[in-house]
Amino acid sequence: MGSGIMTQVSAFPPPVLPGLRNLLSRYAESTMWLARYMERIENMARLIEVTGSSVQASNMDAGWDSVIRINADDALFFQHHEAATERSVVSFYITDRDNPDSIVSMARCARENARVLRPLISTEMWMHLNVFTRWVMELGPDDVGAGDLSPLCTRLKQDCQTHFGITEGTLYRDQAWLFYILGKNLERADQITRLIDIKYHTLLPSGADVGSDIDLSQWTSVLRSAAAYHAFRRVLPEGMTPANIVGFMLKNDGFPRSLSASLRSVDGALSSLAGEYRLRHCSPILERLEELRVTLVEQTVEDIIMRGLHEYMDWIQRQLRQIQNDIAHAFWPPVVSVQA
Amino acid sequence: MNDMKMTAQAAGLFATYDVPDFFCELLNRRDIPPSGLQLVRDRLACFDPGELRRRAAAVEAQFYRLGITFTVYSDSEAIDRVLPFDVIPRVLTAAEWDHVERGVQQRVQAINLFLHDIYHDRHILRDGVVPEHLVLGNANYCQAMVGLDVPGGVYVHVNGTDLVRDRDGRFLVLEDNARTPSGASYVLENRQMMLRLMPDLATGLDIRPVDEYGPRLHRALAEVAPAGVANPQVVLLSPGIYNAAYFEHVFLAREMGIPLVEGRDLMVEDGRVYMRTVGGPRPVHSIYRRLNDDFLDPLVFNPDSLLGVPGLVDAYRRGNVTLANAIGTGVADDKAVYAYMPRIIRYYLDQDPILTNVETHICGEPEGLAYTLANLEHLVVKPVGESGGYGLLIGPHATQAQLDEFRALLRADPANYISQPVISLSVSPTLCPGGVEGRHVDLRPFAVTGRNTWVLPGGLSRVALRKGSLVVNSSQGGGAKDTWVLAS
Repeated sequence: MGSGIMTQVSAFPPPVLPGLRNLLSRYAESTMWLARYMERIENMARLIEVTGSSVQASNMDAGWDSVIRINADDALFFQHHEAATERSVVSFYITDRDNPDSIVSMARCARENARVLRPLISTEMWMHLNVFTRWVMELGPDDVGAGDLSPLCTRLKQDCQTHFGITEGTLYRDQAWLFYILGKNLERADQITRLIDIKYHTLLPSGADVGSDIDLSQWTSVLRSAAAYHAFRRVLPEGMTPANIVGFMLKNDGFPRSLSASLRSVDGALSSLAGEYRLRHCSPILERLEELRVTLVEQTVEDIIMRGLHEYMDWIQRQLRQIQNDIAHAFWPPVVSVQA
Repeated sequence: MNDMKMTAQAAGLFATYDVPDFFCELLNRRDIPPSGLQLVRDRLACFDPGELRRRAAAVEAQFYRLGITFTVYSDSEAIDRVLPFDVIPRVLTAAEWDHVERGVQQRVQAINLFLHDIYHDRHILRDGVVPEHLVLGNANYCQAMVGLDVPGGVYVHVNGTDLVRDRDGRFLVLEDNARTPSGASYVLENRQMMLRLMPDLATGLDIRPVDEYGPRLHRALAEVAPAGVANPQVVLLSPGIYNAAYFEHVFLAREMGIPLVEGRDLMVEDGRVYMRTVGGPRPVHSIYRRLNDDFLDPLVFNPDSLLGVPGLVDAYRRGNVTLANAIGTGVADDKAVYAYMPRIIRYYLDQDPILTNVETHICGEPEGLAYTLANLEHLVVKPVGESGGYGLLIGPHATQAQLDEFRALLRADPANYISQPVISLSVSPTLCPGGVEGRHVDLRPFAVTGRNTWVLPGGLSRVALRKGSLVVNSSQGGGAKDTWVLAS
């Protein structure tokens, strides 16, 4: 009986289906960016919502500047605004069409990529994206008032998650799916390192006070902006310290948005492209990734904080950018014009 | 003979329906209606306009969600418009369809023979059947095609024939579309939508399905791939997401299960075409191109175009890749050549045309000119040459001054004009703001040609939504109807 089951299994080798080995470079690029933009929209909505609810109690406008810093938009923002108030930051990041990092701009990019991918993606994916991005692109200043902010962010997050769910449930598992995973997880890794970098320094009174009394609600908001609050509580119910929280977000493999979990997904997708699909040029990218993962595994979070959390986050972000560039160079190299 | 007798039941929805002077596709046909048609009438009569309107709104919402739109671009904003869709189908009987199908096949066969001839020995020109300058001087005549043998002798793989019906219900050809005819995707989508939204209207009827279109088209494109390729790679070449017909390109690529490529996805090396994939260049053998001739290859045509593929025409001429439709087919769907189509059919096939043209007077011929001058106030006069710019004259609507002016134009350059009588287009019951009213319709059947010619049963019925309007074009506010071909 046992051998019968084995025979059954071996009758289904890894699928090599006709037509699916020829993913157009342009499709791969668009798939990756579609995933990145949707992930980025969700993160932005999460950050705005958490910032909005955590600052309300005291000074309405305090704390909004960190949203700008996390996104490294200081220059662009202060060109057009004098101060980082709730009103100015929220409109800059939700409805401002001139800001490429606004949710409206990102929705437009997601939609353009989805239009490119329409031959590839499921009808369910397209229909949801089409309705969602249309809705976002029509958001105006009246839709982002203080009272509307939380429900708006909730809907944005839910729509992004619906997108991820529909994609998980309907997108055909071929090369395009792997590029989608790459995009989503590179974006997650990038976002979580930005969040840690800024929040850590903002919240820490001074370097000497690591582990001392801090405002619990502030750290709670960090966890919430990474959707990590309940998971953290479950794992470390007593340990609400900066090191524990940073360690959880960087190194906990069970938390799906942690840096290590994101990097593992990137590694899995790249390995499949190299193995199942025999795509060349994967090895150097995998090596770079491996180096990154090794540093993360080998150091304790205390080591990392001691040696300089900011420098480490900065280095990781540069490595992630390089991985993105390597992928682009390997799979959608610039077009060299062919002259006959 | 006798107009259809309304049953008591049939009065309902159509109680106020009145189409005094036109052939109605559904209600005042002159034959004895087959039972299927009768059933559609009786079922429709039981709807009240409110219910129809509710369903029409649901259709539109669904089209919008699905993004089944054509795109209008202004500034940087893309505005997607849904092609207005009427929920009352247009129904063709099996006999009517048989006639249309045979007529379209005959026409496509003649067009392909004509194209082969004018790019090879030019018998038809030497025999004086078609004036030489109309063909060789035509802006769409392509020198790069001269002497080239295309696989299977097929130039027009996808053809859309625009048909209208006159007061007697006769089908007449208004125009041939032998370049890149659009609209097949709407036929398939409209059917999907109809069966979901109006299942109670279609149930039990033997309606010929349309979903064979994708597989048929794919098979035809594979059949005409260069000889000796075991599993030809077929692709659809689109100008990209900014093209108004992008939805159709996506739809057809999906229906065929082939990659939708843009010019930048393709490259030519050593006269062979490849597409850029994540695994490197992969050969391409057959291209359904939805890009006009001028944009195909900047090395041969418009050097400024970035939409095409440098070297594509060279690869084509070497026989390493097939283009569908072939280059230079525009010379066959020209208005001037159209006028000669009945003679072209007789010349190559030795048959009478099954589908006749709208009666057309060629002003370049003495009788045609004399007739046109004598009857100008009853005729539509159309310029034929690409030099055009004069526009149309619609005789019945023209002032005396305009008539006089056109007489002068006609005498000065008669070869640039054809004239036709004004056709009283048939109407089809259509849901309008004031209830169900008759609106003018046309019909574009799609023919797919590989080793043989297959015609999609039905085709795109376009409807003029404005009362009295003869213009069914989507850019002019026209809409579409599902076209049902009854199998029996």
